Amino acid sequence: MKDKNQKSAISRRNFIKGFGGGIVGTAAVTSSFAKGEGKQAGPHGSMVRGPGKVKISLQVNGKNHSLEVEPRTSLLDAMRDQLGYTGTKRVCNRGECGACTVIMNGKAMLSCGIFAMDADGAKIETVEGLATGEKLHPLQEAFVKHDALQCGFCTSGFLMSSVALFAKKSFAKSR
Amino acid sequence: MAGWKKLDEMTYLGKPFTRVDGPEKVSGKAKYTYDIQLPGMLYGRILRSPHPHAKILKIDASKAKALPGVKAVLTDIKEEALFAGDDVAAVAAVSEAIAQEAIDLIDVEYKVLPFTVNEDEARKPGAPRVFTARENNLGRKRERSEGDIEKGFEEAQVILERTYRMVVQVHTSFETHGCVAKWEGDELYLWDSTQGVHGVRSGTAKALDIPENKIHVITHNMGGGFGSKFGPKSYNLIAIKLAKKANAPVKLMLDREEEMLAVGNRPSSIQKIKIGAKKDGTLTAFQMESYGTGGIGGGAGVPQPYIYHFPNFKVNHVDVHINAGPGAPMRAPGHPQANFAMESIMDELADELGMDPLELRLKNDPNQTRQKEFRVGAEKFGWKKRKPSGSGKGIKVRGVGVGAGRWGGGGNKKTQAIVSIYPDGSVEVKIGTQDIGVGTRTIVAEVVAEELGIGVSDVTPLIGESDYPWAPNSGGSTTVASITPAIKRAADKAKEQLISVVAGHFNVAPEKVILKDKQFSAAKKKLTWKQACNLLEGQPISVLEHWGEGLSSRGTAGCQFAQVEVDTETGKVNVRRMVAVQDCGLVLNMLTAKNQVNGAIIGEIGYVLYENRLLDPEVGIMVDANLENYKIPGALEMPDFDVTMYDESERGVIGLGEPPAIPGIGAIANAIANAIGVHIREMPITPDKVLMAIQSRKEGKA
Repeated sequence: MKDKNQKSAISRRNFIKGFGGGIVGTAAVTSSFAKGEGKQAGPHGSMVRGPGKVKISLQVNGKNHSLEVEPRTSLLDAMRDQLGYTGTKRVCNRGECGACTVIMNGKAMLSCGIFAMDADGAKIETVEGLATGEKLHPLQEAFVKHDALQCGFCTSGFLMSSVALFAKKSFAKSR
Repeated sequence: MAGWKKLDEMTYLGKPFTRVDGPEKVSGKAKYTYDIQLPGMLYGRILRSPHPHAKILKIDASKAKALPGVKAVLTDIKEEALFAGDDVAAVAAVSEAIAQEAIDLIDVEYKVLPFTVNEDEARKPGAPRVFTARENNLGRKRERSEGDIEKGFEEAQVILERTYRMVVQVHTSFETHGCVAKWEGDELYLWDSTQGVHGVRSGTAKALDIPENKIHVITHNMGGGFGSKFGPKSYNLIAIKLAKKANAPVKLMLDREEEMLAVGNRPSSIQKIKIGAKKDGTLTAFQMESYGTGGIGGGAGVPQPYIYHFPNFKVNHVDVHINAGPGAPMRAPGHPQANFAMESIMDELADELGMDPLELRLKNDPNQTRQKEFRVGAEKFGWKKRKPSGSGKGIKVRGVGVGAGRWGGGGNKKTQAIVSIYPDGSVEVKIGTQDIGVGTRTIVAEVVAEELGIGVSDVTPLIGESDYPWAPNSGGSTTVASITPAIKRAADKAKEQLISVVAGHFNVAPEKVILKDKQFSAAKKKLTWKQACNLLEGQPISVLEHWGEGLSSRGTAGCQFAQVEVDTETGKVNVRRMVAVQDCGLVLNMLTAKNQVNGAIIGEIGYVLYENRLLDPEVGIMVDANLENYKIPGALEMPDFDVTMYDESERGVIGLGEPPAIPGIGAIANAIANAIGVHIREMPITPDKVLMAIQSRKEGKA
């Protein structure tokens, strides 16, 4: 717990990239996932989508979803409001606290700081996908056993960060 | 009515037991207010004043109303904004983003008024007035005294005068304040992130003149409140009005910035203290003048001279108003502030007298529980190894400190609960309390299981709805002492009724029937729990009972010991270890109780080292209303926790929410002073202050 040299599981660059556009009607798509409707050439060869809704697909916990999102919609809000994955929570809404952490294409990411359309085609794991049927994931079991939660509001963020951490070879080696 | 069983006769109570809603909470299934989604639901947003003080002359919402997707607009909220962040207008729209857009399209004509956001300035004569109709910014002056203060100082051989300062802290509940309001005809359903479903119901009925029986408040899971969530608040009333206007359900969750600006904070405290003692450490006199600000609210008073015995004292206090969001109760209101100043000056006195700080406390603390707790804690902590202050060598120096606290608690006598046993053997308990994160739901089920001799998972605990029997707001650490006596009495009576049915079936007197391990027996006859319940022939047993005497009490004591490491080059403080010894009477659940203490310690670390609600004096706005600049402890700041629950189970149930959030504050501050050899009298103790203190000591000023 005291190892200050642990590399952040969050890709800073991706975070800034996702966040840099702010809440605007149109956003430049810089993601390699970019595809889909409403595409047009923007300045400097970048692709521009919006300001209308954009069709994207997300694979959440192994299930494929097609949805239309506004360019300004965060991945967090799209998952919660449009797909009903409310286990992921918004706390600071600007990438400071980690409560909204999900695993995106194998990496722990802050879903409040990613545009939904930048996640087009991504594989997302959320807290709802950890258990197998009624059987909890070992980390979920450990959280319950050791009472590693109180109100539980940020617990999904802690869990998803922990799951991503345990999946790292370097971390597994250090244990 | 029988009392609690003895601790060693209990199956569940007093022992560690994992939360009944743990699996739901770790799998994302637990629904919070923020997770409520209803068909046709709109999203509300509030327009907040950018000015710290302004008259609202005119609101033009025509552009907002014309925006596609906007369904309702409210512009008649108030005439004067008293702080930057005060509500001015509100909108409901089909999405949160559209609601925000609409808010941005509202034109407000303000008449900007003079403001003050600093309590030292605001208390001066001629300062801009927060409430223009009042003469000044001061609340009512309060004074308390005992003995003869002058005689007390005459008897003193050592006199110290010090001033301690604490800034404003915000609650930082992770689920922000928010609600979903839905009208069905004249019935109002309100999902609210609150600490009191019944308080919100009665308050809303009064505020909006709605019959109380038409209001249904629901809080199944709640993401933290710490004292800030006693409603109804303005956002509730706004959401309810928007829902009526739009004829659709409205969800209105505050964002992080609004949460920090508008819905509560722990008031600041400035305490000018003079203390007198004899050379042997006997305290003789305590004098204090204090003030503090809860913005446009109050509540900055401190319960000095806190826990130590001063035969002579005189204290006075005045609240100062500034143009900032209202203060609200926050985890042991006033006590952390009292603790920091008192424990700090006790250590400064110990240094002056050349006495061990713990010895000075033991000499002057009249509380017998704390006398024992200090000794238990000192032993566990290894207090004997304490080194003289400032004696550490090298870049990183360590120090230790001790502090203590008290709290009241106690139960609310009007509390009620219903326990029902159904003919199929299922058991349910209904009580209109709420689990604000502390494990109340688990304890509700455990008490019934304990009394009925069945499994905890056999009991369905139904809480968090105002349609259930009345229970008080979860505040003041009164929840368990209120609800468990009512639940126990209802369960006992339900059990009696079932036993009498079984006795009839066995054809024996009820007192001959033995219930053990879910089995009834008398003479040679036996019935399982389920078979016995089957005898009820379609009609469940359902018992409503009130709170009763003899099962709970009030008054707790606790102490904490801290070890810190200070980097003398960067000024960074690392809390390495916290040892807590805490009493709360009969511990209901050892696992959640200890976790409660852990959480309280984390809060203490934040308050002492990091948290500071910062207002810009030039423009009057909060500059750190986010989680990047407003610092709270994270995983890397966690110490090693060592918690001992001091057993006084014979006293019955006493609440635990607030008591452990106090002692560590002084303990950590004193540990820093022990490490660097200088007392820093202003919290938060940030690296800049630590470095300045170290420098001043080098220069021989401290």
